[in-house]
Amino acid sequence: MENLGPLSEDGLVRLLNHQGEVLQDQTFSPYAAHLTPEKLREFWHDMSVLRAWDMEAMSLQRQGELGLWVQSYGQEAAQIGSGHALRDPDFVFPSYREHGVAMTRGVDLPSILRIFRGLEHGSWVPAEHGFHLYTLVIGAHALHATGYAMGMDRDGLVASGDADKDGAVVCYFGDGATSQGDIAESMTFASVNKAPVVFFCQNNQFAISESVTRQTNIPLADRAKGWGMPSIRVDGNDVIACHAVTQWALEHARSGNGPVFIEALTYRMGAHTTSDDPTRYRTKADEEYWSERDPIDRLTTYLEGADELPDEFREAVAAEGKALGARTRESVRGWSKPATLEMFDHVYAEPHSTVQAERAWFERYEQSFADVEASN
Amino acid sequence: MSDALINATGTTTMTMAGAINAGLRAAMERDPKVLLMGEDIGALGGVFRVTDGLHKDFGDDRVIDTPLAESGIVGTAIGLGMRGYRSVCEIQFEGFIFPAYNQITTQLAKMHYRSQGNITLPLVIRVPYAGGIGAIEHHSESPEALFAHTPGLRIFSPATPQDAYDGIQQAIAAPDPVMFFEPKARYWDKGEVNTGTVETRLSDAAATIGISGSRVAREGTDVTLVAYGPTVRLALQSAELAAQAGTSVEVIDLRSISPLDSDAVVKSAKKTGRVVVTHEAVTTFGVAAEVSARVTEQAFFHLHAPVLRVGGFHTPYPGATFEHEYLPNLDRVLDAVDRVMKH
Ligand SMILES: Cc1ncc(C[n+]2csc(CCOP(=O)(O)OP(=O)(O)O)c2C)c(N)n1
Repeated sequence: MENLGPLSEDGLVRLLNHQGEVLQDQTFSPYAAHLTPEKLREFWHDMSVLRAWDMEAMSLQRQGELGLWVQSYGQEAAQIGSGHALRDPDFVFPSYREHGVAMTRGVDLPSILRIFRGLEHGSWVPAEHGFHLYTLVIGAHALHATGYAMGMDRDGLVASGDADKDGAVVCYFGDGATSQGDIAESMTFASVNKAPVVFFCQNNQFAISESVTRQTNIPLADRAKGWGMPSIRVDGNDVIACHAVTQWALEHARSGNGPVFIEALTYRMGAHTTSDDPTRYRTKADEEYWSERDPIDRLTTYLEGADELPDEFREAVAAEGKALGARTRESVRGWSKPATLEMFDHVYAEPHSTVQAERAWFERYEQSFADVEASN
Repeated sequence: MSDALINATGTTTMTMAGAINAGLRAAMERDPKVLLMGEDIGALGGVFRVTDGLHKDFGDDRVIDTPLAESGIVGTAIGLGMRGYRSVCEIQFEGFIFPAYNQITTQLAKMHYRSQGNITLPLVIRVPYAGGIGAIEHHSESPEALFAHTPGLRIFSPATPQDAYDGIQQAIAAPDPVMFFEPKARYWDKGEVNTGTVETRLSDAAATIGISGSRVAREGTDVTLVAYGPTVRLALQSAELAAQAGTSVEVIDLRSISPLDSDAVVKSAKKTGRVVVTHEAVTTFGVAAEVSARVTEQAFFHLHAPVLRVGGFHTPYPGATFEHEYLPNLDRVLDAVDRVMKH
């Protein structure tokens, strides 16, 4: 048999297969036992609204309203499943594709587009959502996540004796990112410090055009062994399994047992970004194979089979997606260009004479145009 | 092929991206030890398609899609360099060069010195840089001064397809490490490229000018306007407008940032007595400051006006909606030209 290396399904935790059938796992099924039909509908709701919104952002980019768009398309289960395992004291360090996790942390989705419209580099207050800004430099944030987790530990937020108060950090990154030195260093720091951090790698099989096989010969989760941390490979298109393993990992980290590595095997159903052209490096057949494993479809099949997806609910979700799309479009078109002088704001926390001088010069310079106009 | 064809000097219209591609191809055909390394440079042809078609023609062995790790790319290219391989490393965007900063500044730049000249590292690091393309964070910056401040690195930035075509080949042939800064907003600008003969594959002028010298992009008598890479086109446009207003501007395209062709700049400064330098990089502690210092040191008594700098502000590169004001533009360059002309 062909050795699939990093794409093998060895050891993959799966609780719901793509035919919509429930599977049993000794360790993780108990973590799914509490999921009521109502909770599953919530997952279905979030994944569906997220996808509808993602498509709206896509069309806004195509219409020239956004400079770029980075889709979460295909990764809804990994993001919504893991996101729902988080709670208030936890803190997330995303990369730049985790719109689904942002949603579970209460970030208003349209506001994310301020970044992609070139208005600012970060459009939410991380502390308000327990959700850090997006980081575009691959892997850099994993060290921040680890340090933040070390800080939580020092501050008594881990293994405090009151399990409800304990927190942990989840750091999201892609398969390509695992090649960066910063990721290796984070795993080292997390491991020797027993930091409460869950490394959540969404292996969507691509780093732009490069297959994950350019980054590793073995399943990525196996790397964690070298750091002596537990690792889990999970079907990233199975929202139930993603939720269960993340809950397990968070409990492990929150209770002072140190870091966990999760590899969620999924598939980037869209292009890397709107600047990318996947036809240059992958086949239609590959895309079709994975579209049959669509993360939303399998939950639909399961819920339908259990008679738990009433038409009114589906219609309400579709309407909500539409309304969010309309609000997004309206917001984006309504954002006017900020005053140019704002570009000098926030470079430093305290006044810096160079910035002050340049700002003052620029203000006079802009004023000179206004003066010329006024005298005409 | 007929002798006539072999000896013919060809001229073709090319984009800058196409010219770099043609230059890479020529270098790879000439020397089997030339390797290309980088992220997405294989089947995809690079995010800017600069290596388009090279993977198909030269294969996996010579056009290498590397793991996503810049320190790894440059560090392994150093080891390969010690075995005689001439790696051309593509950094996808300038903002992502920093994981490799350690390898470039503490290792690559110093190896020749530390080994008393026993080890040469003929690497080229290609860096698409500078802004004006409406991109998100880390995709529009100009970090060249950080590297120019490092002894041991040669730094070149083409402004025309011709210089891109000749320059990349000469950079690969050079025994020293060369950082090749490509102004990404100019990738699709077209120009005439003299591709030399089948033997030379270089323009007739290439041997004379090399990758250390500047060129006068437009002659003038009142003001010397110094630019490189992305701002050369802006400088030429400014000179045109200034001419309409009666001011004669000489434009110098530095081409090489390290070494800096001070002789040419000083010569022009002595002629005009007024110097303006423009680059996209943050102005403070930048290349323009170095040019200004050299002009002041070597042409002080010829100057009618202080040397002025027009560049990026002392802020991180702002969101794309601000970039037209952040970057030097016609108004700001002409404003500086006016100010030196007041003296
Ligand atoms: C340090 C660094 N190098 C290169 C890039 C350019 N780049 C942006 S995304 C990307 C691929 C990332 O792949 P992966 O980590 O698998 O995440 P995905 O985008 O697939 O979610 C690359 C090479 C970058 N952002 N940062």
